[in-house]
Amino acid sequence: MPDTHVESGTAAASAIGVHIVRTEEEAAASAAPAQRVAIRAENVEAWYGPKLAVAGVNMEIRANSVTALIGPSGCGKSTLIRTFNRMHEFAPAARVGGAVFLDGENIYERGIDPARVRQRVGMVFQKPNPFPTMSIAENVAAGLRFLGVRSKSEINDRVERALKVSALWEEVKNDLKKPGMALSGGQQQRLCIARAIAVEPEVVLMDEPCSALDPIATLKIEDLMRELAVQYTIVVVTHNMQQAARVSDRTAFMLAGEDHVGRLVEYRSTEELFTRPQDKRTEDYITGRFG
Amino acid sequence: MTRDLFSREISELQDEVLILGSMAEKAILDSMEALRDGDIRWSQKLVEDDQRINAKRFEIEERCIFVIASQQPMATDLRALVSMLFIITDLERIADHAEGIARINVMLGDEPLPRRLGYIPSMADRSVAMLRDSLKAYIEQDTALARQICEADDEVDRLHDRVYEDSTAAMIADPRTIQRNTYMLWTSHNLERIADRCTNICERVIYLVTGNMEEINVSKY
Repeated sequence: MPDTHVESGTAAASAIGVHIVRTEEEAAASAAPAQRVAIRAENVEAWYGPKLAVAGVNMEIRANSVTALIGPSGCGKSTLIRTFNRMHEFAPAARVGGAVFLDGENIYERGIDPARVRQRVGMVFQKPNPFPTMSIAENVAAGLRFLGVRSKSEINDRVERALKVSALWEEVKNDLKKPGMALSGGQQQRLCIARAIAVEPEVVLMDEPCSALDPIATLKIEDLMRELAVQYTIVVVTHNMQQAARVSDRTAFMLAGEDHVGRLVEYRSTEELFTRPQDKRTEDYITGRFG
Repeated sequence: MTRDLFSREISELQDEVLILGSMAEKAILDSMEALRDGDIRWSQKLVEDDQRINAKRFEIEERCIFVIASQQPMATDLRALVSMLFIITDLERIADHAEGIARINVMLGDEPLPRRLGYIPSMADRSVAMLRDSLKAYIEQDTALARQICEADDEVDRLHDRVYEDSTAAMIADPRTIQRNTYMLWTSHNLERIADRCTNICERVIYLVTGNMEEINVSKY
């Protein structure tokens, strides 16, 4: 018998002396490590006072990938991502049920510092919101100073790195002292992304980051999301389904039922969700026949 | 239900696909009749008429592309439009094979009648039935019928084998018949390809309904 690369298969197969010959592709696929989970939501619910806004969300967000959340207005997308970095509790009388694990650690565990969670899970909002009184450099450095970084050279290095990663450096390197508000809308949003990543988070949440931008600025941010995913885990809420289809690896569809409580309807690879969704409600929504 | 205009556009496009399908079917039937009757003038006209079928295909293709660009379809809508683009290509190629049969008749020229066509009319009947059924499966989104049609392709392949055997035997027995028997082989090949194209349409029906791309019948040719 020729000396073939064989591998013992199941115990049963081995017991009867059968060896399973695997193709190179199969061997490579089984050797590839399973993608790390950055965030795991377990039966998450979000309340505004007595009102339940989101219920029963179980999902795993894979590290170093882009995950999109889509769904009609009021379905709880933004509320859900705010539970991922404990921003939900900023709303009056808001509370969260269930658990959210960040790299295996429940961020709602007693004793966890919410500020530390928000450093590990940054956020970019719908409307670019640079600090109005600060220069471009100061905007990016703000989080670092808050964390207690004092070394001027370290701050300068990290500001430059964050601006480079955010694809803004070339446009602003000679104007670092100019006000952040002097930039265009698209540049301001990239400045906010630079500010979010300057503190080296693990996850960046983006809540409709392009809805206030023109198409060109939108495409720049979308390209940036793909590049950021090499280093960070990106979760983006978007109303633009084509954007979700363009930028994300996995897409989650949320919908509020007649009880006005948002729930996760379907969550799968973006390619599958947009070409062959399994749930009729997803199909109706993405084909524009909702309601 | 919203997006009425979009739904209507898809429905109208499906009607256009059926029109293209009936043009292709007529092209096969006419080219076979002209071949049987030795009607060279008719065959010449059929060759020219193929341009109308090509134009119809491009017209549908352009409409599909515009709908994709303007409506940005997803899920079933996207699959419907993508399937259409593939199906019209197959229909146009089916008509090209019918045109091929018309050209063969022109090349046969004034060969005396009656034409000895052997199994070829049988192949044509089966291919036309496959075409009709595949379009029925498309409109009714009937995957069971689509799979059944693909099995019929094996029968067309078997008939093609018989034509091949008969033609080569005849050529060996009488070398003066080499040219005419070669034309018969080409005709048979065109019909065999038409049946293959029908199986492609059936594969698109399965994709349209299930979202899965499957090769459901691999022709031996």
